[in-house]
Amino acid sequence: MRWLSCIFWLGLKEVMSLRRDWVMMALLLWSFTLAPIMEATGVANSVNNASIAFADEDNSPLSRALAQAFFPPEFQPVVQIQPGSGPAQMDAGRFLFVVAVPPSFEKDLRAGRVPEIQVMIDATAMEQAGIGANYITSILGAEIRRFAVGTDLAAPPPVDVILRSAFNPNRDTVRFAGIVALIGQIMWLTTILTGAAMIREREHGTIEHLLAMPLTPFDVAVAKIWANAMVVLIAAALSLAFVMQGALGVTIAGSKVLFLLGTALFLFTATALGVFLATLARSMAQFALLVMLVVLPMLMLSGGETPIEGQPDWLQIGTLVLPSRHYMSASQAIVFKGAGVETVWPELLWMTLLGGALLAVSLLLFRRSVAQDR
Amino acid sequence: MSAVTSGPLCRIAGVTHEYRGHIALDDLTLNLPTGRLVGLLGPDGVGKSTLLGLIAGAKKLQIGAIDVLGGPIDNLWHRRKICPAIAFMPQGLGRNLYAELSVRENLEFFSRLFGQGSEERDMRITTLLQATGLAAFADRPMGKLSGGMKQKLGLCCALIHDPKLLIMDEPTTGVDPLSRRQFWALIAAIREMNPELSVLVSTAYMEEAESFDWVVAMDAGRVLFEGSPDTLKGPAKELETAYRALQARGQPRPEPDTIATRKVETDPVITAQGLTRRFGDFTAVDNVAFSINRGEIFGFLGSNGCGKSTTMKMLAGLLPASAGEATLFGKPVDARNRDTRRQIGYMSQAFSLYGELTVLQNLELHARIFAIADRRDRINELMSRFGLEAHGDMLAAALPLGLKQRLSLAVAVIHRPRVLILDEPTSGVDPEARDTFWALLAELSRQEGATVFVSTHFMTEAERCDRVSFMHAGRVLAEGTPADLIAAENAESLEEAFIAVLEAAAPPEKVVAPQASLDEIDHRSGGSGARILAYARRETVEVLRDRVRLAFAFLGSAILMLVFCYGITLDIDELNFATLDLSQSPESRAYIEEFSGSRYFTPTPPLTTAADGRRRLISGDISLVIEFPPDFGRKLRAGEPTEVLATVDGAIPFKGETVEGYVAGLHQTFMNTLARNSGSHQPEIARIEPRFRYNQSFESIAAMAPAMPAILLIMLPAVLMAVSVARERELGSVINFYVTPTTRLEFLIGKQIPYIAIAFANFLLLAGMTIVVFDVPLKGDPVPLAIGALLYVWATTSYGLLIATMTSSQVAATFATAIASVVPTIQFSGLLQPVSTLELGAQTIGSLWPSSYFLHLNVGVFTKGLGWEALGPDILALACFGPVLTALAAMSLRAQEK
Repeated sequence: MRWLSCIFWLGLKEVMSLRRDWVMMALLLWSFTLAPIMEATGVANSVNNASIAFADEDNSPLSRALAQAFFPPEFQPVVQIQPGSGPAQMDAGRFLFVVAVPPSFEKDLRAGRVPEIQVMIDATAMEQAGIGANYITSILGAEIRRFAVGTDLAAPPPVDVILRSAFNPNRDTVRFAGIVALIGQIMWLTTILTGAAMIREREHGTIEHLLAMPLTPFDVAVAKIWANAMVVLIAAALSLAFVMQGALGVTIAGSKVLFLLGTALFLFTATALGVFLATLARSMAQFALLVMLVVLPMLMLSGGETPIEGQPDWLQIGTLVLPSRHYMSASQAIVFKGAGVETVWPELLWMTLLGGALLAVSLLLFRRSVAQDR
Repeated sequence: MSAVTSGPLCRIAGVTHEYRGHIALDDLTLNLPTGRLVGLLGPDGVGKSTLLGLIAGAKKLQIGAIDVLGGPIDNLWHRRKICPAIAFMPQGLGRNLYAELSVRENLEFFSRLFGQGSEERDMRITTLLQATGLAAFADRPMGKLSGGMKQKLGLCCALIHDPKLLIMDEPTTGVDPLSRRQFWALIAAIREMNPELSVLVSTAYMEEAESFDWVVAMDAGRVLFEGSPDTLKGPAKELETAYRALQARGQPRPEPDTIATRKVETDPVITAQGLTRRFGDFTAVDNVAFSINRGEIFGFLGSNGCGKSTTMKMLAGLLPASAGEATLFGKPVDARNRDTRRQIGYMSQAFSLYGELTVLQNLELHARIFAIADRRDRINELMSRFGLEAHGDMLAAALPLGLKQRLSLAVAVIHRPRVLILDEPTSGVDPEARDTFWALLAELSRQEGATVFVSTHFMTEAERCDRVSFMHAGRVLAEGTPADLIAAENAESLEEAFIAVLEAAAPPEKVVAPQASLDEIDHRSGGSGARILAYARRETVEVLRDRVRLAFAFLGSAILMLVFCYGITLDIDELNFATLDLSQSPESRAYIEEFSGSRYFTPTPPLTTAADGRRRLISGDISLVIEFPPDFGRKLRAGEPTEVLATVDGAIPFKGETVEGYVAGLHQTFMNTLARNSGSHQPEIARIEPRFRYNQSFESIAAMAPAMPAILLIMLPAVLMAVSVARERELGSVINFYVTPTTRLEFLIGKQIPYIAIAFANFLLLAGMTIVVFDVPLKGDPVPLAIGALLYVWATTSYGLLIATMTSSQVAATFATAIASVVPTIQFSGLLQPVSTLELGAQTIGSLWPSSYFLHLNVGVFTKGLGWEALGPDILALACFGPVLTALAAMSLRAQEK
């Protein structure tokens, strides 16, 4: 009981200190309001405003109709370029896609000679090239078919494929980017707040002062962990309600409480990481460098920025030990797909186990570093 | 030179200086004489440092006028002219020196700043090192020197260029009395050799001022007195008493009650036997033994770094002993025993309460931690007893130093401990506040029977202890009542007794003034280039010796390259899918076969209901459900139109669209196969042939690996560069730039050169990884690539410089630079979204951002196989950024402190 009361009052001190630290308060405010809004609205569909050129050697009504078939927001207006100049223009990075229509394309088509249109794609633009090529192929195909229907060249296809985008029928990117941004901010902020609180205590010499009292390093660390975790959890809840649902109009398919429960479990990991890095770093500046080296990869590999399926097989197995991956996956299931506990419990269990283990190791290391210090 | 030495050294008229509303100097007017040893007297915070900083030109003058060596110090031309004639040693031992550099390297750096040739440099350094007895330690890093040695090195660095005016801010604070005495002897010898030298010094030790030619006593930003020390002293016995009288605005004050030292009964509460503490191969505390009795005030006297604090920490249970034993109330000190700690009140060296909490909140927090039953009463009692009532709601950080110490003591005794361990509780506090503090201590000891173990470097305080122990270099040299110690050494005062004991333990070297016959030496004055190289050389040594920064520089880029390249791959394959085949026909199975056989999809057990499919989509187990209507096979065979329903997990938009593309492609393949086999339908009327240029196999890595250096080579070099500048400001060594003839550009470019080299080495590392680890061949010409990379890292380090000039701390510099370099690179350089697809505004920003050009260059050479012709514009554009950004950084860099 006495022990709990000490931890409670020490933690309360953390909250009071944080309230007076206007730099951290500003960072907190920015991270949970403007930063996710900017991230969410700044990202467009992967094919957006794509630059496209036509090298038209046919110049027939059909080839002109093809060039008219590309519209914003996916495509910029088609630019007509000199036949043969496509490669040089692409080298200079002026166009992502160049469509080459051969001479007498329309005539050959009418004669049933199956003419060929070449679509040159800048395959160094990974995010746009693949999907963009699909778009262009289907736009050109549809346009040619429409032309052909009038000329009796084509019959309707025997099998049609109806594509349905589950959970996100309008292919809305704001919702996805917004939630991923929020998760990223939770991770950055928790690690930075907890670690900075530890280091500040050491740099100001107050840690010795605390340890000369009937407190253990464990108490000091636990107090910081609960206080900072609570602050982040409240900020995340407010951000979810007012920024995500309010400002960005994100619909949350599942239970908000479940999402916050997942967040709370993840905070074990993030705070433990803060304690761990603060143990390694000798100064605030070293801590700042370390945070970037550790948090950035954890976020990049969590499956928020790019799908887990894109990682090499060995890495997919390796990232299973990243609590951030489980958090990301559980959050996506809850927020986008409306998953319940019955679906996400394995992820929650993973997070609890991994976070708990990391926390235990960090606390042990922290105690050792306090003993060896000075 | 004659114009420089005639007239007063320094005329100060109507100078006022403020820091954020706090007045440090208040309409101060003063003339200082030439060729004398002038001392500024007063405790911390009276404006001594501000005044010295203004005279040295390290701080920017706000209001008023200061003439130094015959001209206004705020005139840039005059300041540059007299700069080589002034030497400035700032407050804090070795604050303007470089901890990672050896003694000789530090001296070499200062010598180079003043453009001395190598022959002159060697001669001067040898002379100075011999004169100060540092010759034996020439190769030791400055950070590992003792306080007295740091102070001597600081003096050597100040004297290396033969200044006419030597300014030293509290050069002897925290140094043991023997070293202090030697220091003043050295100064006297130097002045004898060089009678034209003016020395301006500040000190908090009033007794030191007795040997000065001229003293200026200050309080609250004003001058209380100027004149000879004898005049100041007047009838008073000591300068300290005289100062105290002045401070009280002329009202005579009674001498402080000297607490009569008395005999305490032998009843040991704290004992130490053979107590030893080693840190690596350094022994901080060496076989220390003592015994402190109940109710006694036991003083520990010694310089900074002599092992006082370490001993006290071992007694407080904060630090385990390497050998020996300490006991408290007869029981061994055990760091894990909470109950022993309830009996101790500990106050550490620096003010260590929470500045961001109010006085009351601080007391409240500690009362809660100790679970004091009568919390309210106890807090009220302490508030009134320690004179804190009026300040209950003030932030602890805003209290004057004296009140802070009182609050610290109140907090230390809140739980009525029987033992108080106080580590230099009064350093920096003015004499008045020190008296109050000691009166409280005496009360606690005499009336409440608390045992007090206190360390100090003030002799006046040591005299008030019941018993004193002299400590030096980890050992206790002597112990006894002050009177006994004085008697034993046949000395007049405790200080003399201490010095006698120190001299017996370690005989001092003879003090000689540095003598160098420099007449025959060629006084070659190196210009800008020499100073730039001096900074570059020093920065290189420093960064090579800082493991964290070095690891960040090289490991950081390698790790992030691996993570980014493996983590941001957009090739998605082997996605799980499931089918809901209500038709169970050969046709539907053929359709499924098309999917199962492709490298994009892996089949999983078929579904039985649509709800099952949805459940598995939600759990993320599958990414695609293909559903066939019951009449699929029949209709297809009959040539009637039919359909397939493909439900794609669209939660991750990019993944969803990619899967849709795969589905459309495989559907088309199925249709083509169908048409070929049946021959009934014309397969296609026109072919649309996509050709993936540059990267035929369309592998992420071929595009990603050459793109990543664009972001890594801006983030890491810019952060390192910004940290290096901010670090210098935070540690205080930036003062060397303020007070030496270094221009802003010399300072910036000198610091930048090593980071350009590091960043270029990083580029080579990343290019090597691209080829070897990621197997992406270099198709184009490496020469334009290397030139472009060099120009790019010049630009990015300059960007780091620019941001560092606008931030105040290392942490702010790190995060600000990281955000300010990563965000625009991701948004505008074409890293994720090609420049040609950006909106016009974003394209314009992108064209003003160096990463856009380097990205095109690196990807162009690696993946597109481009040569000079296509890359020329990029290289030209990159060449513009470095000079412009460096110039901007130079413009926004402050050449003086505020």
